[in-house]
Amino acid sequence: MSSQDIPEENLPAEHGTHGAVKAADEKNPFADPGLPPHEHRIQDIDERAAKRSERVVALLFTVSMLATVGFIASYVTIPNDKVVYVFPIGHVSAMNFALGLTLGVALFCIGAGAVHWARTLMSDAEVADERHPIEASPEVRAKVHADFKQGAKESVIGRRPLIRNTMLGALTLVPLSGLFLLRDLGPLPKESLRHTMWSKGKRLVNMNTNQPLRPEDVAVGSLTFAMPDGLKETDEEFQTEIAKAALMIVRLQPDNIKDKRELEWSHEGVVAYSKICTHVGCPISLYEQQTHHVLCPCHQSTFDLSDGARVIFGPAGHALPQLRIGVDSEGYLQALGDFEEPVGPAFWERG
Amino acid sequence: MKKLSARRRHPLAAVVVLLLALAATGGLYTAFAPASKAKADDSAQSLTIEEGKKLYAVGCASCHGTGGQGTTDGPSLVGVGAAAVDFQVGTGRMPAQQPSAQVPRKKVIYSQAEIDQLAAYIASLGAGPVVPTKNQYSPEGADIAKGGELFRTNCAQCHNFTGKGGALTHGKFAPDLDGVQPKHIYEAMQTGPQNMPSFPDTTMSEKNKKDIIAYLNAVNSDKTENPGGLELGGLGPVSEGLFAWIFGLGLLVAVAVWVAARTAKAKKS
Repeated sequence: MSSQDIPEENLPAEHGTHGAVKAADEKNPFADPGLPPHEHRIQDIDERAAKRSERVVALLFTVSMLATVGFIASYVTIPNDKVVYVFPIGHVSAMNFALGLTLGVALFCIGAGAVHWARTLMSDAEVADERHPIEASPEVRAKVHADFKQGAKESVIGRRPLIRNTMLGALTLVPLSGLFLLRDLGPLPKESLRHTMWSKGKRLVNMNTNQPLRPEDVAVGSLTFAMPDGLKETDEEFQTEIAKAALMIVRLQPDNIKDKRELEWSHEGVVAYSKICTHVGCPISLYEQQTHHVLCPCHQSTFDLSDGARVIFGPAGHALPQLRIGVDSEGYLQALGDFEEPVGPAFWERG
Repeated sequence: MKKLSARRRHPLAAVVVLLLALAATGGLYTAFAPASKAKADDSAQSLTIEEGKKLYAVGCASCHGTGGQGTTDGPSLVGVGAAAVDFQVGTGRMPAQQPSAQVPRKKVIYSQAEIDQLAAYIASLGAGPVVPTKNQYSPEGADIAKGGELFRTNCAQCHNFTGKGGALTHGKFAPDLDGVQPKHIYEAMQTGPQNMPSFPDTTMSEKNKKDIIAYLNAVNSDKTENPGGLELGGLGPVSEGLFAWIFGLGLLVAVAVWVAARTAKAKKS
């Protein structure tokens, strides 16, 4: 509020000594305008208006009470699988909707009642509470300084350095005990980041059907996800293993494969790439079959599956690892070894 | 006869004679010629293919070539199968309005009978997936939970967990699956339209597809029951958090400002 907005009669000149008004002088060029005169609300003047306010506040609190009763009633009476249609929201659970609505009304009415009460009925007289300096008086300060010096002198710490040095040593070493507890927060990953469940001769199992894949099952332009043979979703280690071993199987026309090593490691155009993004390890499988690009949903890293899964966009640091595959004597796709490099995001010791 | 002779120089006489001649020729032809032709191919199938070929020549040949061999403007249709045609034309994607990153769904301009004829013609060019029967795609009796699992493994990366769709690269996108007929969902999985990879029966069985359709029917249709209500596009905690922070807290701030801005004084200044 600038001074233009203050009505003329509220300016300090009009009121003389009301509040702590001081005139501007050399030392204090800004005059303290003091407080404007207190104005009454209609409820302060008119008892009927005050009664009306009282009734409004009481009504809001009563509505809140009724809403709470409604909350309890809807919790008790509405079956929790009942679904109703509420216009803009759609088909929602009747109980959720009733509980939210009644609790919302109950809380809102308490707040609205309290605000209305404070604004219209509680005293609104302005009160000035002057600030005071927080520093101690010079006598107290001098006393504390003198006491400190006396204490230091009596502790003989300056005269006996052996005590001082050993104490500093003890205090420095104590935190190490806390630090060393952290050592056993978990076992070190050791070599587990470098190896997956894939090994020579492991068949590629289709995750939809749990059946081993044959190369003729995989059509050009199709996308299939595979896991190593012998891994079951009910295994305790399933999540740990699939997080490293998940494969994306696509088939390209062998002529479309630009990378020589990729062609060599594929089987009749069927290529198997790790499904784990090399940036931060999101499952990456937004495969565009015409461009052969695969996009990571987390940070939009894009890899070209026809060119050794080279990174063509985004924050990923290196290409997706490819699994070398072939067929076994029964014609099923099999791995010809583990991934040559660690799958997923880079880590400190990856090299 | 005299009457007829008298009118032989009438301006319309030539037209009448021509019409009579045409009718006579046509009549004679239908009387004699088709007898031998009918034996060769009278099957409804070949008639459908014929009709489809005519429709193809008018609506599709400019991009896909006169024999479906493809041009620089459109891919070859040999071997795409009837299911691809039924999907592309049945969802209005084809004929395309203009070349762009992705051809969107729009109003269907062919009748189902015409689509069937086109499909029959394209299927005659080379073997491909056939249009599924109602039995194959009807969600009845399918395992919705299994469908959800399959959907999250195979489809959710692009189409979102509840099939709400999402963005891809360079203006391409995975469309919202709300309101897509079960048949078209089935055909899309079977044929892999545009940049979507295909999920042929050899890697995703018929039963799997049926389960996925049942799951979509349960989570993304106008009958979908959503106990929490107001799903905010089904995008998950990010959009929900954003909504709560911006609109929820924003509303509270606005109410607080409104309460403080109004004076309770009897004399308004």
